[in-house]
Amino acid sequence: MATTTLTKAEDRATVEHAARLSHVSKSFAGPTGQQLVLDDITLDVAPGEFVTLLGASGCGKSTLLNLVAGLDRPTSGSIETPGGRPALMFQEHALFPWLTAGKNIELALRLRGVPKQERRPEAERLLELVRLGGSFGKRVHELSGGMRQRVAMARALAQDSRLLLMDEPFAALDAITRDVLHDELTRIWRETNASVLFVTHNVREAVRLAQRVVLLSSRPGRIAREWSVDIEHPRRIEDTAVAELSVEITEQLRGEIRRHGQH
Amino acid sequence: MASTDTRTDDLAGLEAGLDALDAVQVRRTPVREILVGKVLPPLLAVVLVVVAWQLLVTAQVTEEYKLPPPSAVWDSAVDMWLQGTLLEVVWTSVSRGLLGFMMAVALGTPLGLLVARVKFVRSAIGPILSGLQSLPSVAWVAPAVIWLGLNDRMMYAVILLGAVPSIANGLVSGVDQVPPLVIRAGRTLGATGLRGTWHIVLPAALPGYLAGLKQGWAFSWRSLMAAEIIASSPDLGLGLGQLLENGRNNFDMPGIFLSILLILFVGIAIDLLIFSPLERWVLRSRGLLVRS
Ligand SMILES: Nc1ncnc2c1ncn2[C@@H]1O[C@H](COP(=O)(O)OP(=O)(O)OP(=O)(O)O)[C@@H](O)[C@H]1O
Ligand SMILES: [Mg+2]
Repeated sequence: MATTTLTKAEDRATVEHAARLSHVSKSFAGPTGQQLVLDDITLDVAPGEFVTLLGASGCGKSTLLNLVAGLDRPTSGSIETPGGRPALMFQEHALFPWLTAGKNIELALRLRGVPKQERRPEAERLLELVRLGGSFGKRVHELSGGMRQRVAMARALAQDSRLLLMDEPFAALDAITRDVLHDELTRIWRETNASVLFVTHNVREAVRLAQRVVLLSSRPGRIAREWSVDIEHPRRIEDTAVAELSVEITEQLRGEIRRHGQH
Repeated sequence: MASTDTRTDDLAGLEAGLDALDAVQVRRTPVREILVGKVLPPLLAVVLVVVAWQLLVTAQVTEEYKLPPPSAVWDSAVDMWLQGTLLEVVWTSVSRGLLGFMMAVALGTPLGLLVARVKFVRSAIGPILSGLQSLPSVAWVAPAVIWLGLNDRMMYAVILLGAVPSIANGLVSGVDQVPPLVIRAGRTLGATGLRGTWHIVLPAALPGYLAGLKQGWAFSWRSLMAAEIIASSPDLGLGLGQLLENGRNNFDMPGIFLSILLILFVGIAIDLLIFSPLERWVLRSRGLLVRS
């Protein structure tokens, strides 16, 4: 088991990017003709890199993630994900209510082609990883919001994808639960060495988690600016370094939003 | 190092606390509560109806051949029981009904899937299928007899025509109600095409499908009774519908009452014993039915 994952990781290490978006544009048919939502997005995510995508509501973040996940096609441009199909974690937990927490994960394993006997122990291990060891048989509705998000995270991890896409996964949670899950996510990211593309409209969350923050402008969504975040882990949301960078980014974000008011 | 350890401990403790705070408590209902809450009220209602019925008879609101007393109906049931025909008659109809229903499921399920998933099929036969639901299946008895003759095949044909549209439509509305998010979540996990249908769409559509099955059973039973009442023939064997028709021919009001009660009883019993528990189990396991 350990050796196979090792060789896999080596194979994949030869690829120099986990996701490559080149000149990606997306428009939807709107009431006033074609509405351009994403305009010429070019972005690389390196293997093992944690990138947060920051932008105001409605700027096209979910659209972008859907494109990378292959749920939708770009109008123009190209998207490569050499590591195979990315895992996507939705804003809502998106667990299947007819299955228990553990069976949700087992289904992901099954669809990935994991043999039957290995599914159960692997699902238990993943639940353990998100600190939900005893919850295998729990129904989705018996779990709290934070627990559901963690099961969803475990299910996304079950895809064993080298790229994890997360669409505001913690937006609906209270501040303390969110903070706890931030710690979990950072820990899991460092343990699994996967790349993460994390979407949020919360500046502090972006800074707390990422190695690189990408700011999207609105209407159409374009990459406005990037910051690399060199603050050392473990980080806390209330750290001064996090706060300082957040202030700077928020200033920029405000500018982006103000720009729209002037037209 | 020590500091990271305490940090992890802190985190685990914090998480445990948060989980304990908002996990849902699930409670099993004790048997006594079920008896008092679920069994007693309908029993009481039945007793009340019988009492009212007896009162009407005692008050002699009408001639006795029109409204026999409950005891006469009971006697005719006991008679049939002693002759050994009661269960036989019931079984003739029930076995026909269930077999027909199962055939309807076998046909209605793929049909419903096809209508739900293939656009062309949906626009072609979707409206017809939902229109057929409002057509009383008695209407099919005459053509079925002419096409197939007075035999079991004709009975099954009438059942199918009555139940297949309900079952197919139930599945279609079940599939239509599957949240797009669930489908997309399935797709990101690699469940597309047939695998998506099997692992995601069908289980997600199960509540609507079950409602369709339940209605399909009701339609099967009704269609069968219509067929049995209209098309009686000695070759067909004595079912509940024929029993009713025989009662009419012999001016045997207790027999007619007994037949009606038996038809009603079978319909309710199948629903209560099979479909209701199934439906409640499905809804409960999805957290769609927390109370009662
Ligand atoms: N399927 C669609 N058809 C038409 N317009 C769409 C579609 N999906 C998204 N849009 C439009 O694209 C824009 C961006 O939507 P998107 O959901 O990507 O925003 P977002 O950045 O994720 O916002 P939020 O932070 O609120 O989730 C919106 O103006 C939306 O109306
Ligand atoms: Mg969004």
